[in-house]
Amino acid sequence: MNYFLTEEQQAIVDISREIAQKKIKPVREHYDVTEEYPWPIVEELRKADLFGVYFHPNYGGLGGGGMELCLVMEEISKACAGIALSIACTALCAFPIILFGTPEQKKRYLPDLASGKRLGAFTITEPEAGSDATATRCTAKKDGDFYILNGTKNFCSNGNAAEIYTLFASTNLKRGARGISAFIVEKGTHGFSMGKKEVKMGIRASPTYELNFDNCKISKDNLLGGEGHGLSVAQGTFDISRPGVAAQALGIAQGALDETLAYAKMRKQFGQSVLSFQSSQHMAADMATQIEAARALLYTVTKAMDHELLQAVEKSEKSGKAVYDELKQIASRRWTKYSAMVKLYCSDVAMKVTTDAVQLCGGIGYMRDFPVEKFMRDAKITQIYEGTNQIQRNEIGYALIKELSQK
Amino acid sequence: MHIVICIKQTPATSNVQIDPKTGTLKREGMAAAINPFDEYAIEEGVRIKERVPNTTVSVITMGPPQAEEALRDAISRGADLGFHLCDRAFAGADTYATSYALQMGIRKIEKETGKKISLIICGKQTNDGDTGHVGPGVAAWLDFPNVAYVKKVEEVSENSIRVWRMMEDGTDIIEMPLPALIAVVKEINEPRVPSLRGKMAAKKAVIPRWTAQDIEADKTKIGLGGSPTIVASSFNPPPRTGGVKIEGTTPEEKAKNLVAKLLEMKLL
Repeated sequence: MNYFLTEEQQAIVDISREIAQKKIKPVREHYDVTEEYPWPIVEELRKADLFGVYFHPNYGGLGGGGMELCLVMEEISKACAGIALSIACTALCAFPIILFGTPEQKKRYLPDLASGKRLGAFTITEPEAGSDATATRCTAKKDGDFYILNGTKNFCSNGNAAEIYTLFASTNLKRGARGISAFIVEKGTHGFSMGKKEVKMGIRASPTYELNFDNCKISKDNLLGGEGHGLSVAQGTFDISRPGVAAQALGIAQGALDETLAYAKMRKQFGQSVLSFQSSQHMAADMATQIEAARALLYTVTKAMDHELLQAVEKSEKSGKAVYDELKQIASRRWTKYSAMVKLYCSDVAMKVTTDAVQLCGGIGYMRDFPVEKFMRDAKITQIYEGTNQIQRNEIGYALIKELSQK
Repeated sequence: MHIVICIKQTPATSNVQIDPKTGTLKREGMAAAINPFDEYAIEEGVRIKERVPNTTVSVITMGPPQAEEALRDAISRGADLGFHLCDRAFAGADTYATSYALQMGIRKIEKETGKKISLIICGKQTNDGDTGHVGPGVAAWLDFPNVAYVKKVEEVSENSIRVWRMMEDGTDIIEMPLPALIAVVKEINEPRVPSLRGKMAAKKAVIPRWTAQDIEADKTKIGLGGSPTIVASSFNPPPRTGGVKIEGTTPEEKAKNLVAKLLEMKLL
């Protein structure tokens, strides 16, 4: 299917595919088993400039948007969704800075994130605050020119590999949701330490950590957006970051289908190829159709979002105002509904397709030394993180009701 | 430094057909790519560039118009400049005529860029012709010292290079003055994937296309007419059978093991 990619976008696909197929495929099992961090692969991704595809050239980026990030995520995830997270988590750290950062914050943090010199992470979840981010207990107490962070964050993807973190903490517990603020925290800040490392079902090449803050003192210049605006920073970020998860899910689904077709064609039962049975063909047909529908939705929404986002980024570079403020000038409505649809649909497709892929491969599909079961394990998280699919449905339902009331 | 890498666009398959009339390779209509051994040459050139400041990496190829793609591919993998020898008069060249034309092209690169050439890097052979002659041939025409089967560049400076040559019975460590030529084996490195910036630069790069006249080639030394080689027949040589390596940590131990082996085989 021709999606009319630009020359640059096609180059991104070609390079990402070459790295995925030549460099990642041979080692993905190793990282899945050992849970080591794939630094040699990260180095390949750095050298190929893939960390910088969605950053403005002023920070050393290629000048692309969400679409470019999605293309990288899709291709890398076809080989290993866990390794793809090195880029996705860095993006999730960078997006709030791109959208809400001051010119100084952008100059200070974006170049290293764009080159991949320093990786990023995003941390909002807490033991008691998951889907309900308003239950945040981690606090940031103002103290002169500083904030003092105290509390625990958990399930932080890219955990100890990252060096720059965007973090959400309450600057005023009494105000609940309106008391949450966003901050940028650097690794090595006194009072900031790694807690336990989680052992996970999938995406095992990506380290998930608990983060502890014990009287961790950060400059007031690290406040991202205004005090009490944290939830809006998180929501604005998710609007543009969720397609990245969708692209990861899409890559997982496509990767699983590719492996499955190759195997089913070769595998002989009753004297013929398994793929020659109509029951297999119908399963494969459904998988391929769902994948193509997911891709069409993802690309359409992401291209439309980029149309506004890239204008806002360009304007912000000239005006010095935050990208998010420029975005609101261009269009008053948010992208929440569509980005939720994309994330919901692609991840549900990934789960369905990978489950069917294991079924179609039969016994070998269930075995660890065949890659299809890994795709199934990796697919599950895409229905959970960056907002569970139940939350995505809430967002879509809420948007539908709001649209009705405006008619 | 100025490094020149000689590359060839070859069929992207190991199943190459031979034209029974001319004894040369049939290339029409085949998917083509950089000769795999040349990818290691490009990577090594780019790695030296990353080690030695102010290094320029030029790439040269001789071939039909579509061979320009191979030069752009090399630029996307980190080379700076590409030069294309392209003229019907070059067609049908054997390794003698090819190495002659390449060295004339290399002389012109030096003149055009104004940068003295310090090192030429080739792959050890191509995956279609398989001779391994062209690299050393180029060195002979230029009167450069050369080392083939290089598996490691240990040290390189403006004036000299120290390399490891892979031999059947071990490794030679050779130091030679520059300018010189090396032909590299696949053990030398792991070629990188092109970078995004490299790919964009490759698309925009202006690649000069030079004819036989442009490089002031002697017409009697190029193309089929300038090729003294006559291919009588081609065949796959029988595989060599491996010998036995006598293990041991000291020469004495090895000698003891050898005697034991000979006794076991009832040769002593």
